[in-house]
Amino acid sequence: MGLAWKRPLIATGLLLSLGLAPPVMAETPPDMLVVGGRIDDIITLDPAEVFEFNGAEVSANIYDRIMMYEPENLTELVGGVVESWEISDDGKTITFTMRPDLTFHSGNPVRPDDAVYSLKRVVKLNKTPSFIVTQFGWTEDNVDELIEVVDENRFRITITEDFSPGLVLNALSATIGSVVDEQVVEANAVDGDMGYDWLKNHSAGSGAFELVTWNANETVVMESNPDYRHGAPAMQRVVIRHVPEPAAQRLLLENGDIDIARTLTPDQIAGLAGNDDIVVTDHPKATLYYVAANVAVEELSDPRVWEAMKYLIDYDGMEETFLQGQFVQHQSFWPKGTWASADAMPYTLDVEKAKALLAEAGYPEGFELQIDSLNTAPFMDMAQSVQSTLAQGGIRTEIIPQDGSALWPKYRARRHQLILARWGPDYLDPHSNADSFASNPDNSEEAGLTGVLAWRNAWADDEITEMTAAARSELDLERRKEIYEELQLLHQVRSPFAIMFQQNEQVASRSNVEGFVSGPVFDLVYYRNVTK
Amino acid sequence: MASSPPVPSWRAWLLLDVPKSSFQARCQRAYIGWLAFSSNPLALTGFLIILTLVLAAIFAPLITASDGLAPDLRNRLLPPSGEHWFGTDQLGRDIFDRIIWGARITLYIVGLVAIIVVPVGLVVGVVAGYMGGIVDQVLMRITDIFLAFPRLILALAFVAALGPGIENAVLAIALTTWSPYARIARAEALTIRRSEYIMAARTQGASLARILVSHVAPMCLASVIVRLTLDMAGIILTAAGLGFLGLGAQPPSPEWGAMISTGRQFILDQWWVPTMPGLAILIVSLGFNLLGDGLRDVLDPRGQER
Amino acid sequence: MANAAAELPGTPKGVPAEAADSLAFRLWRRLRAVGGVLLSLALTFLGLTFVTFIIGRVMPLDPVLAIVGDRAPQHVYDAVYQQLGLDQPIWVQYLRYLGGILSGDLGTSVQTSRPVLDDLMRFFPATIELATLATLVGVVLGVPMGVLAAVHQGRLIDHCVRLVGLIGYSMPVFWLGMVALLVFYAKLGWVPGPGRLAVFYEGMVPAVTGLLLVDSLLAGNMTVFWNAVDHLILPVSILGTFALAYIARMTRSFMLDQLRQEYILTARVKGLSERAVIWRHAFGNVLVQLITIIGLTYASLLEGSVLTETVFAWPGIGQYITNALFNSDMNAVLGGTIVVGTCFVGINMLSDALYRVVDPRAR
Repeated sequence: MGLAWKRPLIATGLLLSLGLAPPVMAETPPDMLVVGGRIDDIITLDPAEVFEFNGAEVSANIYDRIMMYEPENLTELVGGVVESWEISDDGKTITFTMRPDLTFHSGNPVRPDDAVYSLKRVVKLNKTPSFIVTQFGWTEDNVDELIEVVDENRFRITITEDFSPGLVLNALSATIGSVVDEQVVEANAVDGDMGYDWLKNHSAGSGAFELVTWNANETVVMESNPDYRHGAPAMQRVVIRHVPEPAAQRLLLENGDIDIARTLTPDQIAGLAGNDDIVVTDHPKATLYYVAANVAVEELSDPRVWEAMKYLIDYDGMEETFLQGQFVQHQSFWPKGTWASADAMPYTLDVEKAKALLAEAGYPEGFELQIDSLNTAPFMDMAQSVQSTLAQGGIRTEIIPQDGSALWPKYRARRHQLILARWGPDYLDPHSNADSFASNPDNSEEAGLTGVLAWRNAWADDEITEMTAAARSELDLERRKEIYEELQLLHQVRSPFAIMFQQNEQVASRSNVEGFVSGPVFDLVYYRNVTK
Repeated sequence: MASSPPVPSWRAWLLLDVPKSSFQARCQRAYIGWLAFSSNPLALTGFLIILTLVLAAIFAPLITASDGLAPDLRNRLLPPSGEHWFGTDQLGRDIFDRIIWGARITLYIVGLVAIIVVPVGLVVGVVAGYMGGIVDQVLMRITDIFLAFPRLILALAFVAALGPGIENAVLAIALTTWSPYARIARAEALTIRRSEYIMAARTQGASLARILVSHVAPMCLASVIVRLTLDMAGIILTAAGLGFLGLGAQPPSPEWGAMISTGRQFILDQWWVPTMPGLAILIVSLGFNLLGDGLRDVLDPRGQER
Repeated sequence: MANAAAELPGTPKGVPAEAADSLAFRLWRRLRAVGGVLLSLALTFLGLTFVTFIIGRVMPLDPVLAIVGDRAPQHVYDAVYQQLGLDQPIWVQYLRYLGGILSGDLGTSVQTSRPVLDDLMRFFPATIELATLATLVGVVLGVPMGVLAAVHQGRLIDHCVRLVGLIGYSMPVFWLGMVALLVFYAKLGWVPGPGRLAVFYEGMVPAVTGLLLVDSLLAGNMTVFWNAVDHLILPVSILGTFALAYIARMTRSFMLDQLRQEYILTARVKGLSERAVIWRHAFGNVLVQLITIIGLTYASLLEGSVLTETVFAWPGIGQYITNALFNSDMNAVLGGTIVVGTCFVGINMLSDALYRVVDPRAR
């Protein structure tokens, strides 16, 4: 219909484009990687502050960290800028030896002073991710004594709280373990801000790439570091383009305007089958999707109701349809495929059992509640599926979809009833998740443990909290693993968390692109081995 | 134009040269208007589209086989067929059923906006126009300020502040649309206040409120209604746009804009998912525009295209 | 957005003022008019900032969380809360903000961590480019269509133009944009995909005006110029459709008004060619009203391109504001609204003033 009257317009446009313009270029240059994704979450690229998915990804390619998981082997923790380390007998002090001859992008050598400066910077700036290291007992006042340079190629850290050294090393592989170039940063510092303003959109690292520009909601452009310690990356330039629409991303990929599409939906991926120019690769993630009940709500205070809820989710139905390929079922708080995970999955959709449990808890007729959810895919589809199966058991819910900026304040203030949300660990140690899902040392309103999921849902189980503390400080690796496995199984049954799925990132790329690595944690995405 | 066989008695009554009662006069006016209206094929088409919309909304439970809300994951993304006329969406819901139920939401939105906008616009405009002086100045300044706002952005901001949802979207739209009605009503009131019958009413001692409510306001209604019909399409499009941005009606509600928004990722392989609600919006807003055009010709022959 | 342009005609409002011919009175009236315009501009501006500011404050969205993230411990949260001045009473915050605006400081955006003013200098030109070209398309095609329809009133061409106008008016732009992308980019490959420029050309020409077409010409880089043109075709056609519908429709009705006038009959009787009658006389008289309408269209496209920008991943001000809203980036929302609002008000007033200057009846 609409075409007839639009023809003059299109004709004018086409005259311009076909008659005069050079043909539309449909291939990216050979030494340039163009990635399509969503980067609207980036608000800073300062490694002491970065805590958003995409910001952490970019920083992983710009900064080498003290400890690292390298793309060649994502399960082995190795030294980044450090070559080796020594742990004292009491497990409280670790002395690191730097790799020789490393340089920053600026040409400055990477010294132990830089590593010490970077860690102190995290503690002193005290931004959101600083808790990853301040939990070891570091504060603005004592950090100068606890983190210090030993000699020209060694530095030492001392912790005051009880933590397993393995956990400490793992924590130093998070973004806050990134080593920044002290001389460059201090040269750009204003009023003693340790370069806080400047590092937001500049880089001073020693990683495989250097930041060229970051235009919020548009692009991130990185250029390769020819002197990188693993050799210069094959790609001269990496451009990450913000393409929020999955359909648009797919179009761009099929037309060769981008090389890699990061956020396609399962249905888009299915639509790509049969296209020989496109390859789809799987990258298991540690991100978990769960439904949680705020136990401060009267109807949700009974553990039998929580159990009923776990039986009122159509895990199979969702996994086989709209989540196909991008999510796998997982029901404990530490994701499978990682050290110390427990993979038992006792729950399936069982309406009768759930009804019985609800009746036992005094709700034979069910009740009405609200369920909060993010308003993006796949949350909305998940929420609608959960809504319909909960209703079968008698729990009638109204979905309140909202943006993160509206949902998180509500969640942190414990004002939700049921919530559908996701969680990814901050570093690859089970403590990262146990500390949030399981441990809740003070459930009072005043405690304000707003970063802790258990506290947000007003749920505290003393035995589980104690087990979490015991696990984090256990020095014996085998024993530590056993405690975590036990803890997960206990948590699975006793908690108001119905953990449902673990994410599996499906990355679609042009068939000539190889070597892209996306690790289980959000800050382990590497472009340096990519060839095309 | 095919005309129906004449029914002499009431037709003659309606076309009598000299009406015998005011009731007959009113009926005659309406009938003559209808004759003019129905001889305009475009306007008639518009009328039929809106009539269909209203009927669909009323009889939704009879027309549809499902409530359009419950997911049926095993039947997702089916193409249009005899069983599912418009296909099914990503959760296996019948799109035809959802569009029919969505008609209710569309009518609800335009109805609610009209209920807010018309009285507010009338009151402000009539009071300003009739009273004049400082009251007029103040009221018109406020109206001008609202007229000058960038409306879509203001509506966005309002919805963001009030939280997404259909009622809030309606409120936001209403807040940004009432001002032209005040302008129109004021202009009418200005001319009416000098008319003889208002003088007569005043000398008879009718109170101000009474004059405004029963004499001035009704006279302004016609142009306001024409304007409203012409605005309906805009209201529908704005509501759909808000839904598209995720700020209007929320899933699983079958609001058309929201359906396009969630369906847009399927446009490449399952074209029907976003296309059907898009067509629905297009046809209905076209219907309102055609109807408004026709109504204006009938009710307001002076204000061509205004 | 369709209804946005449908009113605000620059028509003279109100009753004809009581005749008063003394020079002093006329001068006083003129002064009063100028004062009135300035006053209402100031009032509108104040109203605009106030309303947006209040909206920003009552939002359930949390500007602090936008900065610190949802996992932040309470003490980090509190520090930023104070840093943003949120512990101050609301009127103090408002006055501070107003003071900032007047000294050209719109604050810093959370999402881009850059001054809002810098952001707007980058995003607004993208919208201006789009809106200007779309208006141009609307004028170039819409005006002749409208005139043609009026001249052939009641005939096929008239019905066609009316229908086109109504359909263009009834079209959900975001949907049309999607369908057009599918057909012309995905299926036919005639135009490039969403975005303002192919990635590899980005940053190749220095930003002087921010308008890519102008900047690339200034830099003499034709490759970038044509790439930018390619990317403009589709979004401009979509927005142009809307502009065209409105302009054609209004042109038609203005022309009809004029063609009914007696002087047209006189001109015809005098034996002037039909062409001269239509274009020189009737159209000449329509011109002023048309300018008002074009101004309105332009203003409403400036603010109304949000949806088109979303569909075409166009880094314009509409997208900037929407993103800011979703990220509770209040400085960006306020700054963007104020800039768009000011332009909107400015263009309206300008076309209104023009109308008054050119058309003696409107004085």
